[in-house]
Amino acid sequence: MKLNTLTLRQAIKKLRQKEISHAELYQDVHEAIAEKNEALNIYLALDPEAVKKAEAKPDAALAGAPIAVKDNFLTRELITTASAKLLEGFRPPYESTVTTKLQRAGGVIVGKTNMDAWAHGSSTETSDFGPTKNPRNPAHLPGGSSGGSAAAIAADMCVAALGSETAGSIRQPASWCGVVGVKPTYGRVSRYGVVAMGSSLDSPGPMGKTVSDCALLLNSIAGYDSQDATTSDRSVPDFTRGLDRGVKNMKIGLCYVDHPKLAGTPASDAVIQAGKLFEMAGARYIARANLRFLLAKSHYGR
Amino acid sequence: MKSAAISASDVARIATLAKIPVTTAEEKKLAIGFNATLSVVDKLFSIDTSTVAGTHQVTGLVNVFREDEVDVVHMLSQEEALANASRYYNGFFVVDQIIEQG
Repeated sequence: MKLNTLTLRQAIKKLRQKEISHAELYQDVHEAIAEKNEALNIYLALDPEAVKKAEAKPDAALAGAPIAVKDNFLTRELITTASAKLLEGFRPPYESTVTTKLQRAGGVIVGKTNMDAWAHGSSTETSDFGPTKNPRNPAHLPGGSSGGSAAAIAADMCVAALGSETAGSIRQPASWCGVVGVKPTYGRVSRYGVVAMGSSLDSPGPMGKTVSDCALLLNSIAGYDSQDATTSDRSVPDFTRGLDRGVKNMKIGLCYVDHPKLAGTPASDAVIQAGKLFEMAGARYIARANLRFLLAKSHYGR
Repeated sequence: MKSAAISASDVARIATLAKIPVTTAEEKKLAIGFNATLSVVDKLFSIDTSTVAGTHQVTGLVNVFREDEVDVVHMLSQEEALANASRYYNGFFVVDQIIEQG
């Protein structure tokens, strides 16, 4: 089994129990990068010291797990460009709060991922360093602006990743790449050292292979930061609590476009299948065609 | 309430202010784009918000202050601040003049 296909939780567990070594895990991650990065254009910068850093923190919460980081987080040790030519070769003089927290929690930055330049886009096509391709099918786009992070997870070039969202930039690429992304409430995660898109909206957040991985990663990056005056001082709950409660009696809504072009496509079938799984797990699943997307909450929220 | 329409000459003026060269064809195209965005704003006006309290932000924070002290930990030296500058002189950034003298 290739160790880079492990989820964050699986990797942490196996590292803790010494079932696998950091060297083995990082070797498989770097093999995937060597094999596919040129064609998929996911990482803009890589840390050759990543495995050494990982070996130094086996007892931390994230146990030295390999994490991909969107290139708009300032990192002192890795060039940060926000995928903009203007910042080519930029060595940040300080570290973002989120990457500081990530590393303190035992996460190790494998590399920096491609994105829409300055995060202005929703496809990762506008990167000044070329578009990222979707690992599930390179003829398709990964979404964006956190397209590189979503693709890094889908291509098993890391076990989890960090992205940032102003209006869809975590959830949309996660969806296009078939991974999980969480957009935290604004103010929950610090923006200090994140290249700004919309300062009163930007929300850094976790991306991963499972919901549980995202919850674990969010635990390590959330919280008040004196360097970001808009972070909330409310205490941070344990986001992994209640995950085993399931979806029983939860109301799950799906609003879809009823169009002959979409019917029977693999993507459409997968969404229908997901709905069936929710129903089987005890959720109330409600599908409605052709709702008005704009102002959906105002029209249908109650 | 309806937002004002943006004309091609409005686009030309914004482009001049932003120092972005725009062709006549692009002016027309961008005006269409601007107006499409404004039409979304017009749709927002269709919602009855008379009973909804204004929400300016979601954190509930009011008047965030800190002590008026120099934060040495987060301070950059002049050298660190200039380390990535393409041009500097005597410890300062060198930038193009953008305001005419007179």
